[in-house]
Amino acid sequence: MPTQAPGHASGPSSQRYDRPFRQLTQVTAVLVLVMLVAIAVSLLWQGWPAFRQFGFGFLVSNDWDPVADRYGALSPIYGTLLSSLIALLIAVPVSLGIAVFITELAPPWLKRPVSTAIEMLAGIPSVIFGMWGLFIFAPAFAGLEPWLTSHLGPIPGLGLLFQGPPMGIGVLSASFILSIMIVPFISSIMREVFLLTPPMLKESAYGLGATTWEVVWNVVLPYTKTAVVGGIFLGLGRALGETMAVTFVIGNAHQIAASLLAPGTSISAVLANEFSEATTPMYRSSLLALGFILFVITFAVLVLAKVMLLRLQNSEGQ
Amino acid sequence: MSMSADSRSQSLLSQRLRRNRLVLTSSVLITAFALFWLAWILLATFTRGFAALTPSLFLRNTPAPGDAGGLLNAFAGSLVMVGLGTLMGTPVGILAGIFLGEFGKGSKVASTVRFFNDILLSTPSIIVGLFIYALVVVPMGGFSGLAGSFTLAILLLPIVLRTTDEMLRLVPSQTREAALALGAPYWMVILKVTLRAASSGIVTGVLLAIARISGETAPLLFTALNNQFWSLNLGKPMANLPVVVFQFAMSPYQGWQQLAWAGALIAMLAVLLTGILTRIIFAPRKP
Repeated sequence: MPTQAPGHASGPSSQRYDRPFRQLTQVTAVLVLVMLVAIAVSLLWQGWPAFRQFGFGFLVSNDWDPVADRYGALSPIYGTLLSSLIALLIAVPVSLGIAVFITELAPPWLKRPVSTAIEMLAGIPSVIFGMWGLFIFAPAFAGLEPWLTSHLGPIPGLGLLFQGPPMGIGVLSASFILSIMIVPFISSIMREVFLLTPPMLKESAYGLGATTWEVVWNVVLPYTKTAVVGGIFLGLGRALGETMAVTFVIGNAHQIAASLLAPGTSISAVLANEFSEATTPMYRSSLLALGFILFVITFAVLVLAKVMLLRLQNSEGQ
Repeated sequence: MSMSADSRSQSLLSQRLRRNRLVLTSSVLITAFALFWLAWILLATFTRGFAALTPSLFLRNTPAPGDAGGLLNAFAGSLVMVGLGTLMGTPVGILAGIFLGEFGKGSKVASTVRFFNDILLSTPSIIVGLFIYALVVVPMGGFSGLAGSFTLAILLLPIVLRTTDEMLRLVPSQTREAALALGAPYWMVILKVTLRAASSGIVTGVLLAIARISGETAPLLFTALNNQFWSLNLGKPMANLPVVVFQFAMSPYQGWQQLAWAGALIAMLAVLLTGILTRIIFAPRKP
């Protein structure tokens, strides 16, 4: 294509702007990578004084004492991991049930409204989940807790998880609300990847006389396994960083209690609650160090999730 | 012999059918269970929010504890920061999306950016808030509306980038080739032809992103913080709806808690309306 057409070369419709335009878009795209690196570097930079002062003890000490200006992050890290894991334990079977219902069971006219409604759950601002959790769910849950304590409490071992006064707020309530929040993410990914299963595979299984559940369990799930796990990890990433809902209901106590009904705390809840009160530089630095730890955890989880999701997509493309 | 084998296979069949029925019934129940929570949350927000809804909500600023008042400064602050964040984040997101969608085929840079953009999209918003705290609030010496807007822009960027990329890749290459054959340079083809063909999808993405950032609370705690008074000064702390709802709901004061419910209702309505709006815009494209 002649680029030097006379009288055209300097006009606005000249190809001479193609390269700069491409470079401009490339620079903005690379900005995303720069930003992720900058996030890691700036949080580490700001948290460095705390890491240097407390060393490895920052990760394994439970001594969070603003008065003495001593900080150990074990209980928030523990609370973050525990509440997210319990949330996953609840959310994964629920998401699977929803995905099976929408892909295999629901009559066509019901599929869209149900999936829209489930997706609506994802759109609700998390501060509303938190308020609802504190004012409405927690009082109702407090009524259920004595039942949990009296029925599950006597079981040796497991019973330790269900001791204590029924307050409604605590690690279990926070996990429960987290699970409601991540169900839409996990179930929509499950639904999407279930639909990627080649119909021929499913029909062959049906042709051999398999039941719907056997097709899902023995054909669809094995085929979509990595992507399903990727979707679960994506939900885990959400749960780990969720702030508002957890802050309202986890109880904000720097302690590691055996009972799930007892109040605890999480990294994000500590940040949201204590940031404006953090007056000493070491306090601030410890909070930013907590932020760095959260970033590292979620980053690892999300990269794993993405890699697993891409694997199915790539095999799809071949 | 054949009788017993027959009855064994009969019982195996009925066992399989029973398990199938059990699983399918529970999947229906589970779906109903999830919808029940949605209904409960919506209902609670609507009833409590409507009970607290008064005209002064939109006419007066946030009150001191015990006084009457509204959320005017919070609405205004949210509008300013969401607006500014959208204005800053959208062009960057679209430009970066153009690189991925138009120049990205076979490009290593593009696939790397696509991968990490999804990571940025799912990174907890509280982390982005801390980042802007370190990058803007500390050097500027204080919380500010500007820092809040930057935060929201960064949260919006990956969503816009992703939809632009996806929508551009849906535009058939014949459209580009036709425009190029007419002698238009590629940059012009992108801006005037493909971007326009993808516009309804991109607008939907921007709207969804706005819905998401307008509910963001945690990151604003470290950047814009809050302001009890009317202020549109971008260099100073700025009131905003989510943080006011958070602080008022956590307070022990009845009046503040009621305002929090009213604020939550408005936030919820905004999200629902945006959802409906995106469906209307996007509907004609999806048969």
